[in-house]
Amino acid sequence: MPLVKGNTVVADDYVHLADDAELPADGAVLITAERFLADPEAALSRKDKTGVIWPNNRDVDDLLPHLDRLAAVALVFPVFRDGRAYTQARLLRERFKFRGELRAIGQVLRDQFVFMLRAGFDAFEVKKQSDADAFANVAKRYSVFYQPTGDGRITAFHRRLMHLPEGVRS
Amino acid sequence: MYAYDELDRTIVNERVSEFRDQVARRLSGELTEDEFKSLRLMNGVYLQLHAYMLRIAIPYGTLSSKQLRALAHVARKYDRGYGHFTTRQNIQYNWIKLAELPDALADLAKVGIHGMQTSGNCIRNVTSDQWAGVAPGEVEDPRIWAEILRQYSTLHPEFSFLPRKFKFAITASDHDRAAIKVHDIGLRIHRNAAGESGFEVLVGGGLGRTPFIAKTINEFVSHRDILSYVEAILRVYNQYGRRDNIYKARIKILVHELGIEKFKQEVEEEWVQMRDGALALDAAEVEDIRSRFFYPKYEKLSDTPDELKKALQNPNFEAWYKNSVAAHKAPGYGIVTLSLKPVGGPPGDATAEQMDEIADLAEKYSFGEIRVGHEQNLALPHVARRDLPALWRALDKIGVATPNVNLVTDIIACPGLDYCSLANARSIPIAQEITRRFANHDTANLIGRLHVNISGCINACGHHHVGHIGILGVEKNGEEFYQITIGGRADENAVLGHLVGPAVPFDQVADVIEDIVEAYLALRQRPDELFVDAVKRLGVEPFKERVYATR
Repeated sequence: MPLVKGNTVVADDYVHLADDAELPADGAVLITAERFLADPEAALSRKDKTGVIWPNNRDVDDLLPHLDRLAAVALVFPVFRDGRAYTQARLLRERFKFRGELRAIGQVLRDQFVFMLRAGFDAFEVKKQSDADAFANVAKRYSVFYQPTGDGRITAFHRRLMHLPEGVRS
Repeated sequence: MYAYDELDRTIVNERVSEFRDQVARRLSGELTEDEFKSLRLMNGVYLQLHAYMLRIAIPYGTLSSKQLRALAHVARKYDRGYGHFTTRQNIQYNWIKLAELPDALADLAKVGIHGMQTSGNCIRNVTSDQWAGVAPGEVEDPRIWAEILRQYSTLHPEFSFLPRKFKFAITASDHDRAAIKVHDIGLRIHRNAAGESGFEVLVGGGLGRTPFIAKTINEFVSHRDILSYVEAILRVYNQYGRRDNIYKARIKILVHELGIEKFKQEVEEEWVQMRDGALALDAAEVEDIRSRFFYPKYEKLSDTPDELKKALQNPNFEAWYKNSVAAHKAPGYGIVTLSLKPVGGPPGDATAEQMDEIADLAEKYSFGEIRVGHEQNLALPHVARRDLPALWRALDKIGVATPNVNLVTDIIACPGLDYCSLANARSIPIAQEITRRFANHDTANLIGRLHVNISGCINACGHHHVGHIGILGVEKNGEEFYQITIGGRADENAVLGHLVGPAVPFDQVADVIEDIVEAYLALRQRPDELFVDAVKRLGVEPFKERVYATR
């Protein structure tokens, strides 16, 4: 599965670890929420990066005590029309100030990239190679945004209030 | 009227360009139909019985003459010369080719209209009172807030993949013409004890398979807090709304299953954490939106000009005037409803020629503004009363002066089995037959206000649950049958109708409606007791007896 980070396709340094596989001492891993919550200390005391795969029907509040030590949280889109992870992403970024990698996994298609970026995702396990290749262009598709979100883009509301020249209006 | 600026136009154009790319990827096979489906729906594109259907948003029902001409152009160039106005202040085209959809949308984008979020599991076109801004006694113009909500909800990054569709309606009048109690979120602008205007927020209303009247979640939310409050509701719904069963996925089910108290608690816990964030609205932001609404400069005119007094001697004009002209907040002006319900016609259809002519008349007589109501009629919101006779003659020429607004032939109907792939039964021919039965204006006038609503399936696009008389098409052993309800209403006293009895076959529906109406005429206390009030007083029984005694 191609991984996009920073607008380009990159090598994925994380391994999705199966629940019955032994937790390795080295190397970045993504482990399931069950495994993580069963023994957070074991996962977080490793010297390499640990990330958790968080299902979209579980409160992200449960992650709160561990967020400053987690390197990555992967949120799941089981099908692309199931949008629960957008809410989880905004809560993690905007309310809980999570600064690690926020990764979208599952059915991740180019038509969601703009929404995902605005919700706070910064890494994307993209289903189709062609979508991954198109990422940088698709991410630029929209230049105006109505809603304030944690991505910090200036909204149309505020651009108007910054007194754009009269000529811009009709 | 709200004037789009460069920023609004940029979003619409960028959306068209995105959709053009999506259509190209679908046509090349790069996108599967399953992937394309959600994307096309969010641009108002359905795959119907015969062809793709394109649904265009008319936010809060306000259109300019220029925009209406663009709608006529699309009907003429890409469709078969007509469009269908719906109960959601939208217009639908039924015969557009997939490959031409991006061009049609690009043509509409030039005048700032689009198909964004007219379908799909996102926040749909925000609807409002079609008399907003001109109705006497309104607290304030609710379209300011509808526009704020439109902007807030357009391409919302968190709420574009909700469990199900999500509908807002907003009113600022005592008399609710926006049917807010049958919406996912209904907003009623009113004043609190301190005289400050704010929002009563209702949640969890809706029709369809499991109809509910919305419940009040908060009596008064301030202007400042309204966006954060609705975001809190949407966030709770996005997280906890059911996704396991499409029939249980609407917010009304979540509200029902949790109970309004528990739901409110969830919402307000969420709200407390975000109400002082970036969504808090300050007066400058609201003022900026308000400043981009255009309000006509009304002249000081007489309510009883000589032209009008003279014309009222013509009984045809008088009948239309009484039926179609409503009071306006500005003296000397009226709000004129244009009936899209001619006898024998499909409710809500307008031809390209009619649209062009109405656009011209709006320019001449209504400051270039047209409204679309959820009853599938149009309105000219600012007509000088002295111009009414001339306007009437022009409207009559193009067939939109039938004096039947709010009467038994002013039927709301979905497209039904004639167009819709979901339908189980036809709606349009039922509507056409009923309008023929009650074609005599004197009879219809004698009956008085009576709303007949027809849906061709349980999804209730014709809002049959809240019709004074509701007609629901169902299929039994390959035949069309119709369940009849009475006593529903969609206004400030909204209530769901009650079933009269067993479903009847297609060819008996109009007879049954006649029986019900005759029973009402015999049973009403006074000529001004409305049908729906008589049903409330008497219950279903006397009507049921009348209908089934001979069947």
